[in-house]
Amino acid sequence: MSPAFALSLTVLMTVLLACILGGLLRVLRGPTRADRMLAAQLFGTTATAVLILMALATGDRSLIDVALAFAVLAAVTVVAFVATSGRGAP
Amino acid sequence: MDAMIVFDLALALALVGLAWAVLATEDLFAAVVLFIVFGLMTALAWVRLAAPDVALAEAAIGAGVTGALLLTTLRRTAGAATPEVTPPAVSWGVGALSLAVTAGLGAAFLGAPSQGPGLEGAIAGNLAASGVEHPVTAVLLNYRAYDTLMEVVVLFAAVVAVWSVAQAPEAETPAPGPVYAGFARLALPAAAVVGAYLLWAGATMPGGAFQGGAVLGALGILALLARSYVPAPEHRAMARAAFIAGTAVFALVALAVGFGPRVAFEYPPALAKPLILLIEAVVTLSIAATLAALFFGREPEPLSVEARP
Amino acid sequence: MSGLEALALALMVPGTVFFVAGTVGMLRFPDAVSRLHALTKADGLGLVLIAAGAAVAAGSAGVALRLVLICVLVGLAGALGAHLIARLVRSGGEG
Repeated sequence: MSPAFALSLTVLMTVLLACILGGLLRVLRGPTRADRMLAAQLFGTTATAVLILMALATGDRSLIDVALAFAVLAAVTVVAFVATSGRGAP
Repeated sequence: MDAMIVFDLALALALVGLAWAVLATEDLFAAVVLFIVFGLMTALAWVRLAAPDVALAEAAIGAGVTGALLLTTLRRTAGAATPEVTPPAVSWGVGALSLAVTAGLGAAFLGAPSQGPGLEGAIAGNLAASGVEHPVTAVLLNYRAYDTLMEVVVLFAAVVAVWSVAQAPEAETPAPGPVYAGFARLALPAAAVVGAYLLWAGATMPGGAFQGGAVLGALGILALLARSYVPAPEHRAMARAAFIAGTAVFALVALAVGFGPRVAFEYPPALAKPLILLIEAVVTLSIAATLAALFFGREPEPLSVEARP
Repeated sequence: MSGLEALALALMVPGTVFFVAGTVGMLRFPDAVSRLHALTKADGLGLVLIAAGAAVAAGSAGVALRLVLICVLVGLAGALGAHLIARLVRSGGEG
């Protein structure tokens, strides 16, 4: 792996982490519960992307499995939120 | 990877900031969401610390199971009690205690010898006889199997405790609808395959019983949330069998190998791999059933006349 | 940098740009439903591009298969989540 490629991966990872931190703003600000929950969905997707980049950068293929676990769990939190909010059938 | 220091610093600051935000937010729902995010960031931190097994477990349990548990608890307790104001003496006392613990941990970490021999040599040297190729699984299921058995017992004790506490039936949650049905038909089988894959992969790479069990447990929680599966009183016997199976099989195997020249937990090297696989498979099912039952929160009982709303 | 790595970067950099666009949209759009729209579409596409770049750079069939599975699962979860949240907002179910 060339140093330029490794450096590019590091830059991309840091940019994605900055996206996550930006999403935190929405969780703290977001006036409604829906805003906070969609920010949480952003974290799941972005963290999966970060893990994929990390797997490339370190050469550790098992990180793809961690990303797979993140992807599988992405839906559970959102369904839990929706099922525990609201007052009856829409 | 010197350039990664920026990423690591940002992650560390985000973790501390998230921890502060969880405690400082006034809206309980925001605090729960922040806690789930904290779990995700911690999983990333574990990856940066070269511990993918822990990252897998943290993601499955911290983000999936704990998130669903906290959200359900929030709904059940909403408006139940007015929040109390903590007296300042308690706040300051707890703060001082936290600082003392942090200082102690920091001193222990910084003062520890940085280049000791550790146990890596011993672990690697005996790996061939342990039955698996992944050192973490060897430690969990062979070298320190006793600790893992106790962890499984802890989970079992938790579900016994939860099932012993009688509770009123919970309010009806809305059915998710046709979009969820389509999603479930595609994603749930895929998730089950991923859980089984994580269990199988534990022999040679990060994975194992806890990780696979946690993913399958999150799957069970999804099914419970969407009411794809409604626990019925007739299923109690099967549920009890699922809870105890992991502990029972683990303990039986551990004791059964311990006659003749061997002691308990000392698997014969020729049988080590199949024994470990057997233990892991049953423990995975147990963990999945236990986590889903802990989420559901009570023993499914037929509604008596008095309890019917 | 080899040609393969350059190709991988050519896929992953636009993917990251899409992620940034999704986050900016989420912060700047006026209400929850439009933020959902920005988030789900942009993040989903960004992840597919990053996964494609990673598949090119890793060059292994096992890795590529798992990456495809990741994209499918995240896409499904995103679609489901967006639908459920939007339905909840429309019915005025939470505050």
